[in-house]
Amino acid sequence: MRHPGGALLRQAPRLTLLVIAGPVLAGLTGTVAPAFGLGTGGGLDAFRALADWPGLGAAVRLSLATGLISTVLALALTLLILALLPGTRAFSALMRLLSPLLAVPHAAVALGLAFLLAPSGWIVRALSPWATGWAEPPDLLTLNDPAGLALIAGLVAKEVPFLLLMALAALPQTDAPRRMLLAESLGHGRAAGWAFAVLPALYAQIRLPVYAVLAYSMTAVEMAMILGPTRPPTLSAQIALWMADPALAERARAAAAAALQLGLVVAALALWRLAEAVLRRGLLRAAALGLRLVWLDAALRLLALGMAALTVGAVGAGLAGLAIWSVAGMWAFPAALPETLSLRTWVAAAPDLVADTAMTLGLALAAALAALALTLTCLETETRHGLRPGAGAMALLYLPLIVPQVAFLPGLQAAALAVGLDGTPLAVATAHLVFVLPYVFLSLSGPWRAWDGRIATAAAALGAGEARIFWQLRLPMLLAPALTALAVGMAVSVGQYLPTLLIGGGRVVTLTTEAVALSSGGNRRIVGTYALLQMLLPAACFAVALAAPALAFRNRRGMAPA
Amino acid sequence: MFARLFATALACLAALPATASDWDTVLAEARGQTVYWHAWGGDPKINAFIDWVGDQALDRHGVRLEQVKLADTTDAVARVLAEKQAGRTTGGAVDLIWINGENFAAMKAQGVLSAPFAERLPNWRLVDVVGKPAVITDFTEPTEGLESPWAMARLVFEHDSARLPDSPRTLAGLLDWIKANPGRFTYPQPPDYLGTTFLKQVLHGLTPDPSVLQEPVDPASYEAVTAPLWAWLDEAAPNLWREGRAFPRNEPAMAQLLADGEVAISFAFNPGRASAAIAAGELPATVRTFVLDGGTIGNASFVAIPFNAAHEAGAKVIANLLLDPTVQARAQDPAVLGFQTVLDLGALSPEDRARFDALDLGPATLPPADLGPTLLEPHASWMERIAEDWVRRYGSAE
Repeated sequence: MRHPGGALLRQAPRLTLLVIAGPVLAGLTGTVAPAFGLGTGGGLDAFRALADWPGLGAAVRLSLATGLISTVLALALTLLILALLPGTRAFSALMRLLSPLLAVPHAAVALGLAFLLAPSGWIVRALSPWATGWAEPPDLLTLNDPAGLALIAGLVAKEVPFLLLMALAALPQTDAPRRMLLAESLGHGRAAGWAFAVLPALYAQIRLPVYAVLAYSMTAVEMAMILGPTRPPTLSAQIALWMADPALAERARAAAAAALQLGLVVAALALWRLAEAVLRRGLLRAAALGLRLVWLDAALRLLALGMAALTVGAVGAGLAGLAIWSVAGMWAFPAALPETLSLRTWVAAAPDLVADTAMTLGLALAAALAALALTLTCLETETRHGLRPGAGAMALLYLPLIVPQVAFLPGLQAAALAVGLDGTPLAVATAHLVFVLPYVFLSLSGPWRAWDGRIATAAAALGAGEARIFWQLRLPMLLAPALTALAVGMAVSVGQYLPTLLIGGGRVVTLTTEAVALSSGGNRRIVGTYALLQMLLPAACFAVALAAPALAFRNRRGMAPA
Repeated sequence: MFARLFATALACLAALPATASDWDTVLAEARGQTVYWHAWGGDPKINAFIDWVGDQALDRHGVRLEQVKLADTTDAVARVLAEKQAGRTTGGAVDLIWINGENFAAMKAQGVLSAPFAERLPNWRLVDVVGKPAVITDFTEPTEGLESPWAMARLVFEHDSARLPDSPRTLAGLLDWIKANPGRFTYPQPPDYLGTTFLKQVLHGLTPDPSVLQEPVDPASYEAVTAPLWAWLDEAAPNLWREGRAFPRNEPAMAQLLADGEVAISFAFNPGRASAAIAAGELPATVRTFVLDGGTIGNASFVAIPFNAAHEAGAKVIANLLLDPTVQARAQDPAVLGFQTVLDLGALSPEDRARFDALDLGPATLPPADLGPTLLEPHASWMERIAEDWVRRYGSAE
């Protein structure tokens, strides 16, 4: 059956790719061109300058190691939790904590962890001087360690909630309970059964979010600045430092480094794919050997519980520390709590906080709703016309996630300036859309494609048109992942710093631009106030995303979350 | 000959302060404008002060002031450069920038600043050009009226007198103290601004004839001039905080280390910072400041107007307001900012002078007489070379 809007709908995927790839490619050209000296006569001087930097080898090693290790750990912990903990009280507690954990910005998590782990931090304060005998903070390298362990810890703590959410959104489409039942009836332990029966189906759906996590972990700037090593810093942190250098020659070196960073991300992704293939063979062989591994369950369950508790506990305690700082007067070492409390910080910040919150929420809603609409039209077109995106289209979709932001945003800013599209909330929301759209598409496409098409066939056989199938069957049944995608989109928008600053020309002020500007001052009190609000805002969105479907389908047993 | 004379006469005229009617035109044009002041936003105290200046501007002149809070001043410089490249010659996003040093030199060299304005501001006659030469020479770069000063900065050291009653007064004394108290001293990692300033202070103190630092770096003598600096740093390195394996990022990070008691001696580019932080409950009340014998590095903070500022008249009004004695006195109040004034107190009316005399310096601020001589910033090329060399020597661990 032809639709009047069918032709328009068919163009939706192209439009979407244009929204994503256009700005990235334009920006990339504008930013990376200086690396090759384009516009100034050409040449590889910028790369020579980069090679002259003595810290290059170490910075590259650090970026690769922290990115890969933190992604492996985050993924492993996510899978352990999903395999072993469902049905336990710990699991439901974790689910309740998921949204606030996911929502809190990277910089706030990092500052919270830093306050926890520093030799003058909360842990040492709690034990001093009565247990440690320290009247002064010990001179220990717990943060900024040369191996990047503190940075890895921070990245893991921040990425596990994201992967968990992505996996939870995909899980209902994997038919996990029946697969587990089958595995258990064959005598498999919980861990082994889950790995053999559920993991392959699940991983296929969360593969793309995992890649996004890997790319992000390698290019994170704020976390690397706060928790990472300094001699040298990670490559991404060094790029940000060069970008901020008044000497314009450093821009070219930063551009060259950004090009290198891009290559590193691509190499790491290739390595990851290779590891996927190897592990897949290993998994198949283990399954074929008939390993039941029942004895593993108890130990792994303990490990999952311990790691999850440690992660949540550390982030929670760090944020609680920041929250206390926001009402603290003088709070010297080794006092475990402030000597005086005061609302001064909050009172002083209140007027700005209200305006910034409104702007942040408005931008997030606009960008996430636009992204959701585009994603839904794309996916619906795909379903109706069988237009699966090719590998090239998927690569384009991933551009904003794997291209380091510093590598293309300055170029994008120049492009926006050239056409006079900058400095307005609308322009900023459009820039946010570039980053929000891939995440929304990623989180929704898996569950969407896994939806049982036989339902549509049955409905069509009963005379339902395509529009009716969409509005009355597909969309309602996929409401949970759709709302989750919307919430993810809003959280992504709330967290955007560079796009807001560069495209907004400093005139579009959000909680995040304020928080990052303030965290450059390291003032824990004021960072505490902004971090709390930055966390509450997306947390509210996620709470709605999780609660709304449960409420709407409270009398539909098959729609209950896994 | 005649043409040349005429040109000279014109130049003299241009250098004269604006007549009252000129300024009235600026005021009239500025009324109703909103000025976007791009200023580092990392300190709530400074942000609150700028808010207060905004209230004054609205009350007195009908000009609205919006602070665009930056994580880094370079963001604003980059913005203006991007606008220039995109061909936006009017209606730019940046009306006013808090700036000095390298950022100013970069903007001046790129020609992205407005016409000279500072010396035509009505309040310019109050500025202490003779006593504080840094107000017209920014890191040896003549300001030529392209930027207007609004605060004086001086490097002062800070220590908690409860933990360390006697502070060292010389570089040799500081080095001995560092070696006797390992792990209790550090500096922000160059090329950070404050970290590099510390290196310049050490270089200045160890150079027999510091006048060479006022000239651009001479590659022939560079090694010899800087050798004592590297020797000093090499000796200090293993005894620094974290054995020198990590360094704090910037000035606020240093401040946090002092507040947490991780270091016993810190330093800041603001003689009043410690008192202001004590007043805000951010530092123990026992913190005091000191300077080294022979003086410490000092410079001025400025505001500049980009070539394409959308609200140039409003920006001039703000620059002039920042030089107003009431505003300067408020900035110098340790309970507010503790920034030192750029004005010549002798040029003020008795009433205005009284505002400064009435200021309570706070527990930690040295009276002007005890601050010692101000050492001029070396030529900017020194900062670049030293920072570069530091990165080569210490920037990566192995």
